[in-house]
Amino acid sequence: MTEAVFSAYAAQLRECGNPSSLHAEGQGARMRMESARARVAEVVGAQPAEVVFTAGGTEADNLALTGIHAARNRDAVRAGMPARPRVLISAIEHHAVLETAEHLESEAYGGTRAELVLLPVDRTGRLDLDAAAAAIAEAPERTSLVSVMLANNEVGTVQPVTELVRLAHAHGIPVHTDAVQALGQLPLDFAALGVDAMSLSAHKIGGPVGTGALILDRGLSPVPVLHGGGQERGVRSGTLDVAGATAFAAAAEAARDHLTDGTVERMARLRDRLLAGIARTVPDAVVTGPWEAPDASGVCEGESSEADRPAEPKAAGRREDRPVRLPANAHAVFPGCEGDSLLYLLDMAGFATSTGSACQAGVSRPSHVLMACGFSEDEARSTQRFSLGPDTTVEEVDRLLAVLPDVVTRARKAGMVSATPRWAG
Amino acid sequence: MRILAAMSGGVDSAVAAARAVDAGHEVVGVHLALSRMPGTLRTGSRGCCTIEDSRDAHMVAGQLGIPFYVWDFSERFKEDVVDDFIAEYANGRTPNPCMRCNERIKFAALLDRALALGFDAVATGHYAEIVRASDGTPELHRGADLNKDQSYVLGVLTPEQLAHCCFPIGASASKAEVRAEAERRGFPVANKPDSYDICFIPDGDTKAWLADKIPMRPGLIRDEAGEVLGEHEGATTYTVGQRKGLGIEKPAADGKPRYVVGVDPHANTVTVGPRASLAVEELEGIRTSWAGLPPADMGVSEETGIDCEVQIRAHADPVPARVWLGEVRDEVPAAEADPLGPVVPRPRPAGQVLRVRVETPLTGVAPGQTMVVYRGTRVLGQATIDRTVHA
Repeated sequence: MTEAVFSAYAAQLRECGNPSSLHAEGQGARMRMESARARVAEVVGAQPAEVVFTAGGTEADNLALTGIHAARNRDAVRAGMPARPRVLISAIEHHAVLETAEHLESEAYGGTRAELVLLPVDRTGRLDLDAAAAAIAEAPERTSLVSVMLANNEVGTVQPVTELVRLAHAHGIPVHTDAVQALGQLPLDFAALGVDAMSLSAHKIGGPVGTGALILDRGLSPVPVLHGGGQERGVRSGTLDVAGATAFAAAAEAARDHLTDGTVERMARLRDRLLAGIARTVPDAVVTGPWEAPDASGVCEGESSEADRPAEPKAAGRREDRPVRLPANAHAVFPGCEGDSLLYLLDMAGFATSTGSACQAGVSRPSHVLMACGFSEDEARSTQRFSLGPDTTVEEVDRLLAVLPDVVTRARKAGMVSATPRWAG
Repeated sequence: MRILAAMSGGVDSAVAAARAVDAGHEVVGVHLALSRMPGTLRTGSRGCCTIEDSRDAHMVAGQLGIPFYVWDFSERFKEDVVDDFIAEYANGRTPNPCMRCNERIKFAALLDRALALGFDAVATGHYAEIVRASDGTPELHRGADLNKDQSYVLGVLTPEQLAHCCFPIGASASKAEVRAEAERRGFPVANKPDSYDICFIPDGDTKAWLADKIPMRPGLIRDEAGEVLGEHEGATTYTVGQRKGLGIEKPAADGKPRYVVGVDPHANTVTVGPRASLAVEELEGIRTSWAGLPPADMGVSEETGIDCEVQIRAHADPVPARVWLGEVRDEVPAAEADPLGPVVPRPRPAGQVLRVRVETPLTGVAPGQTMVVYRGTRVLGQATIDRTVHA
């Protein structure tokens, strides 16, 4: 958390007043709450009334899927129409969406058990639009919603959500997108994107953990998940968190500034440097997500280490007008290396990396994202994700690249869990 | 030394890690994730493998100021320990999964990885001692507290593995001493209950758990003369030595209780007999391994045996025995796969046969159990019981 966000947060924590109270203190709190709402809305191209604050991205995803699915089925029943059990999500969603959708399958919300349809992705983790179109067209009147993330958190692939919205809206099906990973890394415009609901989280952009929002089209009234005092359009009860909302707003504005002041562009160049370096120093590594290894004109041994050197023309995210990969994400498969071993060795060398998305025990599992991209289970266990930050330097990237070959050699020697250990009698 | 401390989340491995740190070693803690679907909270007397246990281990590592990681060995564990456990029962044998875990996971897959990653040894919270001989070779001995001694479940280790093991609490006088030390160090796990059950059977009901995995075929219960005495629901859930739950209505001629004296999964038959029929004088073991000296150096061969002691269960008393070698066998044939559905029994390498003759007959010896050979406190080797000769 930056000093600016922290002091905005701390200043609000000192204030008292419940925005829902009618006395002067309450009214003051309400003003600050609405100011935060307007600021968040402005950053993501939404109207203030469309911002429903939640306690984080996971809650926003739960509310979107459960609430919209239940509401769509409730409305169908009221109108004497058939139920809408189908829920379409991509195969690479974050667990907050995936598990919620699986839960809908096991519970009869809105009087009907959901039928979960996983939309496939290609090798780079990009939604297969033809398959999505076919799945939507198969039974549009029986479909409650479509949910596809704006950008994947593991392999960084930006998804064709605008095209997906066109396909779904042609049949009147609402679209939700989990934009938790995209916020701060891609320009967000809720209105232009056309989705009906969009999940955000503050902590991914340096705001406090435990604050997020569901940006919700005015026309949607999902069935609440949390019941109570009817705050937030009656959709999300609970005393309003003025300090969290204010800090979220401050962090969102700072993140937006990073998009225009060159910070994010610099991260994208460092990412390209890192990915090219991985491909060069570990020749059998497979960079995942949308990425083309630079050709002969690209990065090679002994090149200058200027951070602002223009990226090679074919590098990730630069082939089209809009980025195809998150600027802060680098991810690769290192065949024959357990992700756990790589993480340990890199940690010892001073680099905080991850094996994928960790479950609550801190155990890495073969990533469902990699498996959906068509990698084998062993390959999916052999991954490492490198996240760059606004403060990451070119020296750090180069230091990582310097130790990487040794790390990979050693991890490879340690072998895969699936192999028979040499002591086995 | 650089030591990788395997931390289950229990009190023993916590104190073991702490002592390794105190001894001046560079220690890294690791918790093994052995279940694909770990439970959230500990239940009953299972000692590891839940998220709560992982967190307990993490807390202790934090207090010790050592790096801590969770490594996923669930795939290996399922294949080598859980599936093996089921296949052994399906073949009418009674396996010890903890020994299998030591043999295949802790001191194989984990040790392998530790050495490759630059560690010198793996430390665990087992109650056993490694004593260095004058030439530096490691000898495996019983833990100082004979009530807690776990040398039996480490009997599968070879000198090469022992050279990279350390058991920092093996010399402790008692579990109470270890708990008191944990308390003194302020470990939150100081009063955590001991674990007894098989970690992958949540409610401790092995029979019900197996019935879920091995299709039950009703069959006949016969006496030793072949006379049919009753029916069973599936031979593979019976264990030699078992007396309860046989459901035979007709009493024995002499009115004495009857015991399971044989389980034949091929014929799907359970044989019962009097207690006297359980008495075993000779045992034959396969998959023999030696913890210290090779057999020739101890004077063990096919012709000459040596006097030593043999222990056939984790908490059984060792009994005087004479041990010598048998032939080398290629493999143990698998039971016919047909009735066993998803679990296909695998033929397993048998290796050199270990022959044992005990002075006083043993009872309750089931094929599949491990016999560990001791001389005094020292572990000489072990083998998996394959055949028994009745007295």
